[in-house]
Amino acid sequence: MRTLRLSLKSRRALLGLAFISPWLIGFIFLFATPLLQSIRFSFSNLSVAPGGYVLDFVGLKNFKDALLVDATFNRILIDSVGAMVLNVPMILFFSLFTATLLNQKFKGRTLARAIFFLPVILASSAVAAAESAGLINLMGDASAVESTADGGASFNVVSIVRMLANVGLPMAYVDYIVEAIMRIYEIISSSGVQILIFLAALQSVPGSMYEVAKIEGATAYESFWKITFPMVSPLILTNVIYTIIDSFAGSPVTQAIYQTAFKTQNFGLSSAMSWLYTLVIGLVLLVVGWVLSRRVHYN
Amino acid sequence: MAVSGTDRMVVVPKQNYQLQRVRNKTSDLLYSIFRYALVIGISFIILYPLFLKISVAFKDKQDIYNPTIYMIPQHFTLDNIRLAAQVMDYLPLLANTLLFVTITTLLTAISCALAGYGFARFTFPGSNILFVLVILTILVPTSTLMVPMYLHFRSFDFLGIIQLFTGREGVNLLNTYWPSMITAATAGGLKAGLFIYIFRQFFKGMPKEIEEAALIDGAGGFRTFARIMLPNAISPLITVILFSFVWQYNDTFYSALFMSESPLISLKVASLPAQANQLIPQLMGFGSNSGMKADPNYVAMIVDTGILLAIAPLIILYLFVQRYFVESIERSGVVG
Repeated sequence: MRTLRLSLKSRRALLGLAFISPWLIGFIFLFATPLLQSIRFSFSNLSVAPGGYVLDFVGLKNFKDALLVDATFNRILIDSVGAMVLNVPMILFFSLFTATLLNQKFKGRTLARAIFFLPVILASSAVAAAESAGLINLMGDASAVESTADGGASFNVVSIVRMLANVGLPMAYVDYIVEAIMRIYEIISSSGVQILIFLAALQSVPGSMYEVAKIEGATAYESFWKITFPMVSPLILTNVIYTIIDSFAGSPVTQAIYQTAFKTQNFGLSSAMSWLYTLVIGLVLLVVGWVLSRRVHYN
Repeated sequence: MAVSGTDRMVVVPKQNYQLQRVRNKTSDLLYSIFRYALVIGISFIILYPLFLKISVAFKDKQDIYNPTIYMIPQHFTLDNIRLAAQVMDYLPLLANTLLFVTITTLLTAISCALAGYGFARFTFPGSNILFVLVILTILVPTSTLMVPMYLHFRSFDFLGIIQLFTGREGVNLLNTYWPSMITAATAGGLKAGLFIYIFRQFFKGMPKEIEEAALIDGAGGFRTFARIMLPNAISPLITVILFSFVWQYNDTFYSALFMSESPLISLKVASLPAQANQLIPQLMGFGSNSGMKADPNYVAMIVDTGILLAIAPLIILYLFVQRYFVESIERSGVVG
């Protein structure tokens, strides 16, 4: 050891590197390398050869194919972004609301919390697939499943629409709210993690702030908007980003990319698709992050 | 209210005060009724599909077409469960899945805790950039890496070592458990970036003095971590282990990609309807070529029972840990 005398600082640095080394190795070989490879694939025609693969450079052909030749990819991509634009505010609103609710003191709160987080445990694409396949089995074809699923929500939507329209809400809002009500289970089951994050944020708001507000005569409504909301706002950004990524993770786009790669064996096209998809998500995240981070209150 | 000037000083505030109290009480009461209605309603929406499945699991075949039955079957039977277990080959499947998921979960927890600690407490050249890269791994969709990862594990060769020594092309690790083990051990598995983030936030919030004391007492870096930091990190550990376990258990993406032929519950469940259709006539005693088709309603029942069997271990696990889990969320410092 005498030959290798390091200062405390560089010894700490080495120790730190040692701690992150499993991650670093994994990152370099199982993340960065595949990432670069997939960029190369997207500009090439990949054919699988015994024990490896052969690449032919084809330029932007794969990207053109994905956008102009492939019949469905365009539509699926736009649909997914559209669904995300609708979903994210709903999930966010619902999870903040639920977290506020679960943060209050009432009897049975522990039980309520346990139940509300159950969807995190049960959200499984495999189960969802089996359920819809079981239904298709029962009904004969997929369109019948959709119509019965709509019919299954057995309360009258028309009455809600009429009621909200009478109140004087614009039709666009009414549609949105009705949509949210119809898909309440979907929204609940995809907001578990977000509720957790908001709940943790609410726990960190000091109770004395609310006491002061109460003494000053603030109503519950005011103290929500003046205290709770600003205090959890940094986590709104986190949650928006998490929700966007999560809503894309199991989307039809991923399915399409998987199909292209492993059913039609067109690896180049699949890589091009996934890069287009990554770029779209990146753009969405950038815009959302930029807009939100200017409004977020940090203390 | 006709009150004279002197009376107003005394009487009206008192009346006002009482009125105020009544008003407050009623609004509190109304609010708590409203809150209970909401909580119970949402709980019902969450639990309803589960109750439905439990009800179906114990329902006899003759109850399928009885419209008067709601939830509680008239004829109880365990046949559905037995049949579903037979179709799925349940017990060996469960044992295999649990073993696999437990190992990957532990590997993920260890590697992510190490990385999280490294990022929380040490500064080394590029430590901030590297942490940004951790966030990047959360953001890049897994489907982007799918094809290169697949090809990589099809002829796995770490730094070309295998080719160097044997001259062969590398090992095909597809349809083994190695791809998942390797990604888990290198903190690159399912949502590992999120776990590193959770650990980092937690370790950042822990007082530095504890470590310094250990350091002065002569413990090395890894010993301090294993003996002092990790035992204090119970809450993020529970969060990460539960999440990792559940997501790995339910995962179809990686398992379909790397080991589509392995006996894992998530893969089995996805193909359950097709299998049930095929196997149920056989199990009920018809020959495989008899052309008999099972009643689709009955198949649906078996599929539902199978799904219940598949998620049952998770529900049981959750019943045990949910208290720690919910508590740990409050203290896990996801917030920072």
